Amino acid sequence: MAMLSFEKKYRVRGGTLVGGDLFDFWVGPFYVGFFGVTTIFFSVLGTALILYGAAIGPTWNIWQINIAPPDLKYGLALAPLKEGGLWQLITFCAIGAFCSWALREVEICRKLGIGYHVPFAFSVAIFAYVSLVVIRPFLMGAWGHGFPYGILSHLDWVSNTGYQYLHFHYNPAHMLGVSFFFTTTFALSLHGSLILSSTNPPKGEVVKTPEHEDTFFRDTIGYSIGTLGIHRLGLFLALSAGFWSAVCIIISGPFWTKGWPEWWGWWLNLPVWR
Amino acid sequence: MKTLLTVAGAVVALFLTIAMFGTAGWDRPPLVTSQNGYRGTAMAQVETKADALEVKAENKAPEAAAPAEPGDDLAGKTYENVKVLQNLTTNEFNRLMVSMTEWVSPEQGCTYCHNTENMADDSLYQKRVARRMLQMTQHINATWKEKHVHEAGVTCYTCHRGQPVPANIWFTDPGPQARSGFIPRNNGQNLAKESVGLSSLPYDTLTEFLGKKDIDNTVIRVNATTALPEGRGKPIQDAEKTYGLMMHMSQGLGVNCTYCHNTRAISNWGESTPQRVSAWHGIRMVRDLNGDYLEPLQSTFPRNRLGALGDVPKINCTTCHNGVNKPLNGAHVVEAYPSLTKSTEIAAGTPPAPSGGTAVPAPAAPVPAAPPAPAPEMPAPKP
Repeated sequence: MAMLSFEKKYRVRGGTLVGGDLFDFWVGPFYVGFFGVTTIFFSVLGTALILYGAAIGPTWNIWQINIAPPDLKYGLALAPLKEGGLWQLITFCAIGAFCSWALREVEICRKLGIGYHVPFAFSVAIFAYVSLVVIRPFLMGAWGHGFPYGILSHLDWVSNTGYQYLHFHYNPAHMLGVSFFFTTTFALSLHGSLILSSTNPPKGEVVKTPEHEDTFFRDTIGYSIGTLGIHRLGLFLALSAGFWSAVCIIISGPFWTKGWPEWWGWWLNLPVWR
Repeated sequence: MKTLLTVAGAVVALFLTIAMFGTAGWDRPPLVTSQNGYRGTAMAQVETKADALEVKAENKAPEAAAPAEPGDDLAGKTYENVKVLQNLTTNEFNRLMVSMTEWVSPEQGCTYCHNTENMADDSLYQKRVARRMLQMTQHINATWKEKHVHEAGVTCYTCHRGQPVPANIWFTDPGPQARSGFIPRNNGQNLAKESVGLSSLPYDTLTEFLGKKDIDNTVIRVNATTALPEGRGKPIQDAEKTYGLMMHMSQGLGVNCTYCHNTRAISNWGESTPQRVSAWHGIRMVRDLNGDYLEPLQSTFPRNRLGALGDVPKINCTTCHNGVNKPLNGAHVVEAYPSLTKSTEIAAGTPPAPSGGTAVPAPAAPVPAAPPAPAPEMPAPKP
């Protein structure tokens, strides 16, 4: 497999967290490492279990395949395989695979001598998933509160979970999460269009420098965050979106059982205008 | 200046955060949850263990009175002016009167309705209302047994809970009163009213959906019935009104939307729970009772018992349910009072009250243009 001219310089030994030199090698362009092995193990096992679940289910329609969590009556215990136990095993495999991947990213960061921004960002996504299928079900006392694995079925779960609290748009953390999701896409579109504009000048002109980019935004909105700053802002917005989504679902149930509109009673009752 | 503003902003944010954490009334585990759909659909009821115990304790049915001594003489013969319960034995009649006092006016006693010098006298409006309410109770237990109340049935206590005026009644909400040249125009919404769980939804949905008896049966349904639009359909304002009513039902029954609906297809009966059938009949029952039993009492009630617009106090889901899916935790309250299970309608045309109080639906003259100034003793419409 072809290697980029500078790539050789980064293919260095060491930086592993577990296993020393044992898995410290590459297969083609891919670094393996101990966590590469565990990633493969968990993802192959988990995918096989999903296929098994689909095989014993009523349909092969890709939209309708559904691997549901156990009934609430099983609480936090293990459920029979065909009544949610499969969901529990798949959840275990998914978390194993996601965490292995994050740790593999850590090892690669150590090899390259760069910061841990990438594994940190991925960890926030893992946190959001773990909130849904472990933290919240644990706090509510049953694995059955996790979401089912299926393209349409998980959307149905989202709908009903929202309506468990009558009107989910009043959930304050949901408001923050949604705002951050919109803002991160807005920032990305501003940034992407700026980069495309400056790297695709009209015929006969040269590619523009960051000074041009800064000037464009200073003229438009009076401020430019700069070439490095936009990436920090993007990371902050994206991670905040994921983080507040996780918060919004953890508080729905464990820390608020009524309708979300009612939560705003504290605001309506502020001594200023009560 | 900049520092000052920063400090001021930080202080405000700190106080708001403290107020939010301290006064929002957050819950915490342990929770009790119950499942009412296939696993993984998130059709589940969620409450804290503490709340569940509290609600259970607050909704205990009272002990039934000891059975009456057998006897042959009928109340209609023994006493004068007995119109609804005349076929009861005198002992049974007295037992029911004592129970009614405990259910409705335990502090005020018999004199809340009766002139003790002449128990047959109908001069107190409370007595004329009580007579109609007795008929209503019988009507509920007889006509609505299969459709809504089942074996549990209702007694006066189901709504009254030891108070002459039940805690959860409602009046038409006129909204903000215009006092100056500006007429507030809010489309009847955005006031964070309790009737819609503090949401911004239209707050007076009950008048339209529960106040009248003769109403288009599909008025609540706003979902399209076809996959693709085949006409204009209903406007989003109608959907919000329906949402407002559903907020009321959820709050009244202490359940969330998934108690009746699988929200992936809210209107689909096949995916709904059996409770939705009960609720559907319940809506019709409330309209029936408001239309046939409460509205006609408008001229019987004194002005201070009427709403800001001069309308009678009306019932909704909360009036009986009081925040529980089965009123009084599903106790079979009517079993000990068989006299409340059979309808007794007074023959039409019999004026039940000497002082012009009409108990049967008659084209009663509406209160002549009552000025919409709220009377002092009137229980305030829910904010």
